[in-house]
Amino acid sequence: MNSDEARLVEAVAEMREDEAHELARSMLDAGVAPLHVLDLCRQAMDIVGKRFEQGEYFLPELVLAGEMLENIGAMAKPLIQEGEEGGGPKKLGRVLIGTVHGDLHDIGKNIVTFMLDINGFEVRDIGIDVPVEKFIEEVRDFKPQVVGLSGFLTLAFDSMKETIEAIEAIGLRKNLKIMIGGGQVDQTVCKYAGADDWGATAVDAVSLCRRWIPAAATA
Amino acid sequence: MDPRGGDSVTPTAAPAPAASRLYAERLQRVMDAVQLRQPDRVPTVFFNMFWLARYGGISYREAMYDYERLAALTRKAMLEFEPDLYHNPLLLTTVGPVMEKLGYRQLQWPGHGAAENVSYQYIDREYMKPEEYDEYLLDPTGFYLRTYLPRVGEAFEGIESLPLFPGLYYMRLVVASSAFASPGVVRSFTALKEAGEEALRLAQHAAALNEELAGLGFPLANGATAPAPFDFFADYFRGSKGIMLDLYRRPDKLLAAMERAAVFLLRQTVAACKASTSRIVFIPLHWAFDGFMSLDQFKTFFWPSLRKLMLDLIANDLIPMPLWEGNCTSRLETIADIPPGRAIYWFERTDLTRAKEVLGEVVCLRGNVPASLLTTGTPEEIDEYCCKLIRAAGKGGGLILDCGIGIPDESKLENVRAMYQSVRRYSP
Repeated sequence: MNSDEARLVEAVAEMREDEAHELARSMLDAGVAPLHVLDLCRQAMDIVGKRFEQGEYFLPELVLAGEMLENIGAMAKPLIQEGEEGGGPKKLGRVLIGTVHGDLHDIGKNIVTFMLDINGFEVRDIGIDVPVEKFIEEVRDFKPQVVGLSGFLTLAFDSMKETIEAIEAIGLRKNLKIMIGGGQVDQTVCKYAGADDWGATAVDAVSLCRRWIPAAATA
Repeated sequence: MDPRGGDSVTPTAAPAPAASRLYAERLQRVMDAVQLRQPDRVPTVFFNMFWLARYGGISYREAMYDYERLAALTRKAMLEFEPDLYHNPLLLTTVGPVMEKLGYRQLQWPGHGAAENVSYQYIDREYMKPEEYDEYLLDPTGFYLRTYLPRVGEAFEGIESLPLFPGLYYMRLVVASSAFASPGVVRSFTALKEAGEEALRLAQHAAALNEELAGLGFPLANGATAPAPFDFFADYFRGSKGIMLDLYRRPDKLLAAMERAAVFLLRQTVAACKASTSRIVFIPLHWAFDGFMSLDQFKTFFWPSLRKLMLDLIANDLIPMPLWEGNCTSRLETIADIPPGRAIYWFERTDLTRAKEVLGEVVCLRGNVPASLLTTGTPEEIDEYCCKLIRAAGKGGGLILDCGIGIPDESKLENVRAMYQSVRRYSP
């Protein structure tokens, strides 16, 4: 890594947004391959994710890092030549995530999606207030190894239970694990809803997926 | 549950009948707890959003629209559970008619974007753009009139045609009064008059309920509701994403705006509380919890302005009662820095045994039977939990027993009963 490359990784990881944008812009102007610039950003995101797991970074840092990635992505993507392969490393496993029906909250779900994504999982986020039928349809289509049900309100306890029972009723449960989280979810709710496990933080969600998906356990 | 604590339309109820022995006993019990003395037993509070609808077999929508039915259900619940304090449910729940007339846009509620039996939910959005901080800082009232109010309520649309008041003088002032006849302003004022009349009906029903409950011996829990200055901007202006970016992109503007807003928040809160029968100020906190920001960020952006608000309230002889939503364990040492015996800290998920260790000499604790247990557990489990909680956190006084954030909407009746009975069964 040359000094500009190292500076870009550091600027993103250290939340120096203006500097990160200027460096990315000048590297792209100087002809550095856009996919290489994006790869450096990915390396920075790994650092951000680790700091989040270690309790050094919190939600504002994840959000700002996401913004930097998006902005640099917007600069780099038009420069990518046809035929060049993007994509990065192979994904470790598939996780379907959504906020259960009746509940409109999405912050916690978005953070879990972000953390799973930067930890190498292929995440399909199907939004908020997701009806049971939509979960079933997406489980059939996406074939996830893990389903994450999110909910902030207490009404979500019943919505989670209904969603899990429906997945079970049509015989799709045996091929996947179900985790729940958000708001006031705890072990009592986990047992009530019939989930495999629960988490209080996005880091817990990553640990559960690592534990449940064999390819991820060793990654 | 999402108790954003709709600002109290302060009832102008007659003072509580001081003669009521029950009223005095209950208030004394609470004040003993606040002042960190051992009360005759652990006090409890009644706070709910939509649980009363289940209790009374009405829909959530009816609870949001029918003043009299909700008042009757409140009375019934009070007489059944006999809490030592109550939050007036009308001001938090029966807000449908006023919101409808205001064309209020910051909530979805039953019949307005939400189903008949779903609690209302706040719409997290950017209600103030980042470049508008300067306008707010220059002239907060002008910003409200020209930009903010028309954004959050349809009835305010048109009000932005009012003149820039601070520049008016002499003949310019005289002539500028023509603005009050402009079609937009007239339309807005007409709609606002209707909304105002509805808000007055709400306030009258709320005041009548307070008066009636005082007569039955129940003191009101909160005289006013206030936000922490950080939450004020995070929730109602910038939205969750906007505020997180502001911490890095425009921290100085955010701090300056919070300082500016604090002056108004304090004045409104003190006036509302002084006009009520309670000295307690409810301060629901949404973004103080551990996982959101670092402790350093908390000490920079959240705590100083909240602490100042609390000290100012205390200086006005009021009792701040922040509700620390989520788990705030990492904040305990920091938030211990207030005068002892002058406030109530209500915790949602923070372990009260741990909170008692750190804050036991400083502040009365309120909480925190978990929502999961009330909605899915059994009365025996509730009883056992409350017994442990009372013994661990009630030692020497300084505990008000309650749920994490009021009674969860889906709670089983027998569990709610078990919680209120526990204080009569167990002592620290």
